[in-house]
Amino acid sequence: MPEKNFDCVIVGGGVIGLAIAWRISQLGLSVALLERHHPALAASWVAAGMLAPVTEVSYGEEELLAFNLEAAARYPSFVEELSRSSGITVELSKNGTLFVALDRDQKEALEMLFEFQSSLGLDAEWIGDGKLRELESGLRPSARAAVLARNDRSIDPRVLTGALLEAAQREGTLIFPETEVTSIAIQGGNCTGVRTASGDEFKTTNVVVAAGSWSGSIEGMPAEIRENLRPVKGQLMHLKPGGGLPGPVEHIIRTEEIYLVPREDGSIVAGASVEEKGFDTTITAGEIYELLRSADEAVPGIREMELAATISGLRPGTPDNRPLIGPTSIDGLVAATGHFRNGILQTAVTADAVARFVVKGEALPEMKRFHPERFAVAK
Amino acid sequence: MEKLEIAGRIFESRLIFGTGGFTSLDVLRRCLELSGTSLVTVAMRRVDAGAKGSIIDVIEQSGCEVLPNTAGCYTARDAVVTARMAREALGTNWVKLEVIGDDRTLFPDGPELIAAARELVDEGFVVLPYSNDDPILAKRLEDEGCAAVMPLGSPIGSGAGIRNPYNIAIIAENASVPVILDAGIGTASDAVLAMELGCDGILVASSISRAKDPIAMTGAIKLSVEAGWLARVAGRIPRRLYAEGSTASAGLPDLRATDLRED
Repeated sequence: MPEKNFDCVIVGGGVIGLAIAWRISQLGLSVALLERHHPALAASWVAAGMLAPVTEVSYGEEELLAFNLEAAARYPSFVEELSRSSGITVELSKNGTLFVALDRDQKEALEMLFEFQSSLGLDAEWIGDGKLRELESGLRPSARAAVLARNDRSIDPRVLTGALLEAAQREGTLIFPETEVTSIAIQGGNCTGVRTASGDEFKTTNVVVAAGSWSGSIEGMPAEIRENLRPVKGQLMHLKPGGGLPGPVEHIIRTEEIYLVPREDGSIVAGASVEEKGFDTTITAGEIYELLRSADEAVPGIREMELAATISGLRPGTPDNRPLIGPTSIDGLVAATGHFRNGILQTAVTADAVARFVVKGEALPEMKRFHPERFAVAK
Repeated sequence: MEKLEIAGRIFESRLIFGTGGFTSLDVLRRCLELSGTSLVTVAMRRVDAGAKGSIIDVIEQSGCEVLPNTAGCYTARDAVVTARMAREALGTNWVKLEVIGDDRTLFPDGPELIAAARELVDEGFVVLPYSNDDPILAKRLEDEGCAAVMPLGSPIGSGAGIRNPYNIAIIAENASVPVILDAGIGTASDAVLAMELGCDGILVASSISRAKDPIAMTGAIKLSVEAGWLARVAGRIPRRLYAEGSTASAGLPDLRATDLRED
């Protein structure tokens, strides 16, 4: 065991924790990353990896949209640097996202969405049914129309986290797997480190909590973290091309019911349910049935695919769907959690903001907008 | 305004909230607080009642009571089991009973609904069944001992309003339990119509949760429920084919003279 004294200790080895570790190590600080199981096997392992701020925009969340657009814009240079730094090629999908209307009702709703996207000046294009199947021949022939968001790409989170783990370690981050943080050490109102299940203490003046849905379960965590996080379950399935067939779609396909994210090898990640079930991660027949049915309704070719895996994970949800990023009420304890459905998308911006705060003490605009204590007044 | 009474309990508001479609718990909380509602229904199959910080907490923190529902159930058996589970988890014997016939229309399955209602009433539940806009089915549910009937205006989430106002009026006229219009409200005028037709309350979810501005729509629906109720109490005038001057020709006031005096 090396000397357990670090400039910075990161709690949680998901995509957010790994990215922060990489960035802080790059800036020359000594970093320990503590993960209770093994890195990137919880929500980061399950996530589909959509980077789709335009497709996913919703009424009343314009502020989140601005952040998500910035997050998506940061990605190309982020993965380029990451590929160089890790020696692992990390790429965004070539094609964008088609939000497809499969019947008259859905077309009417899609028209409203398109109007909203247009009013915000977003890069979205209306695709009528003539051109639609030219663009994506695997869609069900009855598909009425779609909105194409060319810049709404995807990334394979498993490749991303693999590269982040490698890059962080190359920069000097020490990874401690199977090291569960049970409490935050606090002296005189300041955070002085963390204690683990095996009784070790890691001393530091900078603790970053990036433990997703579990961030609130650690002893000593302030109320703004404990009370504003809840797990939101998602079930997904992985489909692989069967019998030497190519993958059925080229674009990321979104309908009202489902998204289908194609990978380079023709496989598809399809999801996801949104369930308020606490920490339960059971795979249920009903949700998988609905995913299969919705997938078939959009792209009949999925019937020939291998149902390779059904998986579920927990998104760290917050009351307003916005992340908790920045200093907490305990000095030296910084939050980087609560990314809900946008964890992969918001990884690059979150990591940059947190690293600059920890290393240089700079509070970036994100930290004002997503300050963990923003709910205190409302309560 | 006279208060809504169901199974001997008085409710401050004639508006019941569903939770489907809200983009965030924060938006739901703000809508609940603005609406003045005291009863909020939650699909027991979609939530874990014990989970901290969940939708149940938000409802309770807003001072509302959770009305569990059996959405997602396709048989009487499933609905009964779900209702019992809800009673166990939430400590309430109230249930909004839903037994769905198919998942495209989400229309209720009449025979299963009656079977489930019978069993639950026998077990001491206060049963509020989501039913079709069928006056006979509504009567049968009332006969089974349901504490209210909740006919649909149009399919859940369709926002298509009240497709058969005559049936809703017949149901309201014949019911001796409260009639709550459930499903179909698309905007404020639908809520006004429901109240004018004789409903005792309405249930809303999508019309608010999927509106561009859910908070503003909450305000609109709240006012429309009150407006519809007041209009019904006030009594509308009869419809006529020909004009009926609002002032008799004899004894017309001399408006010009009035104007001059005011100068």
